[in-house]
Amino acid sequence: MKQYILKRIGISVLVLLGVSMLLYGICRMVPGDYVANMTAGNQNITPEMEQRMREVYGLDKGVVEGYVSWLKDALRGDFGTSFIYQESVVSVIAKYIGPTVSLAGISMLLEILLAIPLGIIAARKQYSRTDYTIVAIAIIGISLPSFFFAAVLKRVFAIGLGVLPVSGMVTARADYVGFAHFLDLGKHFVLPIIVFVVTGVGGLLRYVRTNMLEVLSADYVRTARAKGLPERKVIGKHAFRNTLIPVVTMVGGMIPNLFSGAVITEGLFGLEGLGNVALQAVYQGDIPYLMGFNMFIALMTLVGTLVSDILYAVVDPRVRYN
Amino acid sequence: MSREEKKEQRAKLREIKKFNNKKYKEYNKMMKQKNVPESEYLTTMKNPDNILEFDNLRTYFYTDTGTVKSVDGVTFEIPRGKTIGVVGESGCGKSVTSLSVMRLLQGPQGQIAGGAIRYNQESKNRAIDLTKIPVKEMEHIRGNEISMIFQEPMTTLNPVFTIGAQLSECIKLHNPNMAEEDVKNRALEVLKLVGIVREGIYDNYPHELSGGMRQRVVIAMSLACDPQLIIADEPTTALDVTIQAQILDLLRDLKEKINASIMLITHDLGVVAEMADYVVVMYAGRVVEQGTADEIFHDPKHPYTIGLMKSKPMINERVERLYSIPGNVPNPINLPPHCYFKNRCESCVEKCEGAYPELIEVTPTHKVSCHLYENGNSGKTGGNK
Amino acid sequence: MEDLQARNQQEQDEFEQNQVIMTPGQLVMKRFFRNKLACVGIGIIVFMVLFCAIGPFFSPYGEYEIFYINNETKEEVRMQQADVGASYMGVNVKAPISSKHWLGTDADGRDVFTRLMYGGRISLTVGFVVVIIELLVGITLGGIAGYYGGIVDMIIMRLVEIFYCIPFIPLMLITSAIMFGYGISPKYKIYFIMVVMGVLYWAGVARIVRGQILSLREMEYMQAAEATGIRTSRKIFKHLVPNVMPMIILIATMDIGSVILTESVLSFLGVGIAWPYASWGNMVDAVNKSVIMKNYLNIWMPPGICILLTVLAFNFIGDGLRDAFDPRMKR
Repeated sequence: MKQYILKRIGISVLVLLGVSMLLYGICRMVPGDYVANMTAGNQNITPEMEQRMREVYGLDKGVVEGYVSWLKDALRGDFGTSFIYQESVVSVIAKYIGPTVSLAGISMLLEILLAIPLGIIAARKQYSRTDYTIVAIAIIGISLPSFFFAAVLKRVFAIGLGVLPVSGMVTARADYVGFAHFLDLGKHFVLPIIVFVVTGVGGLLRYVRTNMLEVLSADYVRTARAKGLPERKVIGKHAFRNTLIPVVTMVGGMIPNLFSGAVITEGLFGLEGLGNVALQAVYQGDIPYLMGFNMFIALMTLVGTLVSDILYAVVDPRVRYN
Repeated sequence: MSREEKKEQRAKLREIKKFNNKKYKEYNKMMKQKNVPESEYLTTMKNPDNILEFDNLRTYFYTDTGTVKSVDGVTFEIPRGKTIGVVGESGCGKSVTSLSVMRLLQGPQGQIAGGAIRYNQESKNRAIDLTKIPVKEMEHIRGNEISMIFQEPMTTLNPVFTIGAQLSECIKLHNPNMAEEDVKNRALEVLKLVGIVREGIYDNYPHELSGGMRQRVVIAMSLACDPQLIIADEPTTALDVTIQAQILDLLRDLKEKINASIMLITHDLGVVAEMADYVVVMYAGRVVEQGTADEIFHDPKHPYTIGLMKSKPMINERVERLYSIPGNVPNPINLPPHCYFKNRCESCVEKCEGAYPELIEVTPTHKVSCHLYENGNSGKTGGNK
Repeated sequence: MEDLQARNQQEQDEFEQNQVIMTPGQLVMKRFFRNKLACVGIGIIVFMVLFCAIGPFFSPYGEYEIFYINNETKEEVRMQQADVGASYMGVNVKAPISSKHWLGTDADGRDVFTRLMYGGRISLTVGFVVVIIELLVGITLGGIAGYYGGIVDMIIMRLVEIFYCIPFIPLMLITSAIMFGYGISPKYKIYFIMVVMGVLYWAGVARIVRGQILSLREMEYMQAAEATGIRTSRKIFKHLVPNVMPMIILIATMDIGSVILTESVLSFLGVGIAWPYASWGNMVDAVNKSVIMKNYLNIWMPPGICILLTVLAFNFIGDGLRDAFDPRMKR
């Protein structure tokens, strides 16, 4: 097991190296006068910063040489300085990660809590009206463009009914403290979380349903019934434990999606998280931040796969990593 | 296909769907029923020495293309302490009969459409109709009083739980007051009974065992609660020949030790000859012949049984080629009004065009459903030619 | 006795002749068309394709034709006849729904209904082109990896993993920033976006194709085919391809939906199809102005609904195909 994890980490490092090469290559594709062009209208950017970016990215060196020097800096945690925030990229990420993680974390938890029971119910009653309704709603959720759904929600709940705020993290000019502040924060998170959950729950739900269907037709489920176990236990214990195996893998793979999905949702609702910063970075050509952000998500993807591999071994006794 | 025909076909399919939906609704309503009064399912045994009596059991599957009558009027009985072999080719309804006893049919498509399965419940000193009892009661009987051994040992055990956990789950379920220690001891005891004395088996996972070992575990599981009746659905089909022999020996040994009745379902005549006291031959969802093992093997009456006997390889007998019964089983959706075996029968007569033959008593234990034996005819005209 | 047996034989023959034997393809079709949602999906797609491909020929207006209004007479004037410089002339923005403008005009005074058709053209084209690119790359590389295995497989699969790790939307953001840096005109930007998306999407296809081929190679019938000593090309095209095909059709259908969705997100974020060209995504973009969000639903709702319906249709079809291809799922 230990050996397997070490091997996985080794491969992950290799993959991460590949990702960094690809990303660096794309960044090298920026036109020569890019920095000058990009920074022309921005008074915040000093010539020193511009110079530093050239240095960090090795823009004045050859591709290979440049990559090596970028990699050296990156290994030391130096991804350059963000143009917008005039701070090191790492500290910008550290500063804005809070809202992103809470938004993504809460949404993911809700998705799992919704998808598993609904998927099981749909599978239990395959081809019934309940099943059709659940599956149809799941597919509609997958097909909903998040920006459009967000707009509709805003129009109905914020503008139409006026019960929830349109955007932002806190009500402007209302300096709430303590619990009131927390409540205000929560109110601002309601719509983004709805968007996240509704557009994201369908995939997991359908996956749970498909796997549950497969498990329900398995012989060991019939054995469990033949033992005299009540249906509740047959589903809840014997079938569920087996459904969990593929679902756990899927959940691990969902982790990175949460961060990149945040780009849209945070942007739409003006939440000050990593995604929104990334969106601002695009409009203002903040390449250093975008590079750092992408590397961060790539890292999360690898962590996600590793976590699901380990969980897989935990839930399935047949798996032995050697 | 012309347009007219297509239209007709579509109308027919619609009709089937409507009919099926009605049946599904009835089924769902029945499943939801909770407090069924005891009087509804209480019954009396025809013969108190029987453990189980099938009386005109009909189990149908309502599919999109029509109603499949998998079991259509099956009547036979299982005497206490005896082994009864049910034989027939695949798809003849023998497995469906056993699933009907356990009420493990895939609902709402598969349902018991009529008839009765009378069970002599000794623990409560009463006779009940298994087709009518509520689910709660059935759960108490399953695995406890009637247990089942399935065909595929590789897939019948849950891969994510240990052998011990799966065994003791069953024991614990039916003996809720038993102490943890005793449950484990009982589990080890039944494992020993089926010949597994391996150290640490209790904490092994199914994938760590071979097919034969797994089947032993499955048998142990079925024995765990001292059942009255064990249904073995092709217990040896999926195993190697050598392992098959071991498992059969084991079953025979056990029969002597535990004094339970066994309903052995198989398509292997050799297995039946070795194990069974009584034999029931099924064809296309009906019993075509039944009798003691001796009667069936030495004096088969029905042309189908005779064909089966002929298609069995014999030692010390030189044949050019093993016999095979010509033709195929009729389509289960549109069963003909006459004898189902007619089109494959080598000795059919004018009368076979008529209605499906009744069961005829040849001796008090031996019954056959064939026109050849009506009116006391001994059937010498047909049979071996 | 003899004629009885002959009659029996005849009956048996008739029975066999009357049995309808369907090819696997026919069975799949039958199962597919029994799924009502899938049929609805087909209907929506046919309608959308007709609407976008043929619709513009029947529309009297152009994609970026701006409508003016004579502020004195309150009469609408078309771009060609408008005396743009005149003081009484104004742009007919946010016009309400009328017989002339079925869905009104947008904030720039262009006909929403006409732009809906042109926007759909872009969205559907992007969907199909990107999927074709991803299939070409994915099937080739996935097929090679699965068929040859060994070191080739190892390299390709690591490549797949690398592409898998790159977050799609953020990367598109970078690409867009770079394209902006090069000053690529909006007209050509769409082609670049299609290529980049296709190249980024291939990894998923490759992974599935490889997995399928690997498991097919283990199948007994493949070994049987090998044992008969047939040519490699025949083995691939006669035995492997038909078995991988259902999976590929399925991925293609589902991916068209998700590509259309992604493209609309990019356009909405302003990094996809750029002004003055219409796409459903950038038409919804108008919603960012709160006045429009509040009062002019006719401007932003229709394109959003179009995206939803189209993607939904592809997902319904995909779901229907999955059930139709997988015989285990049948009732």
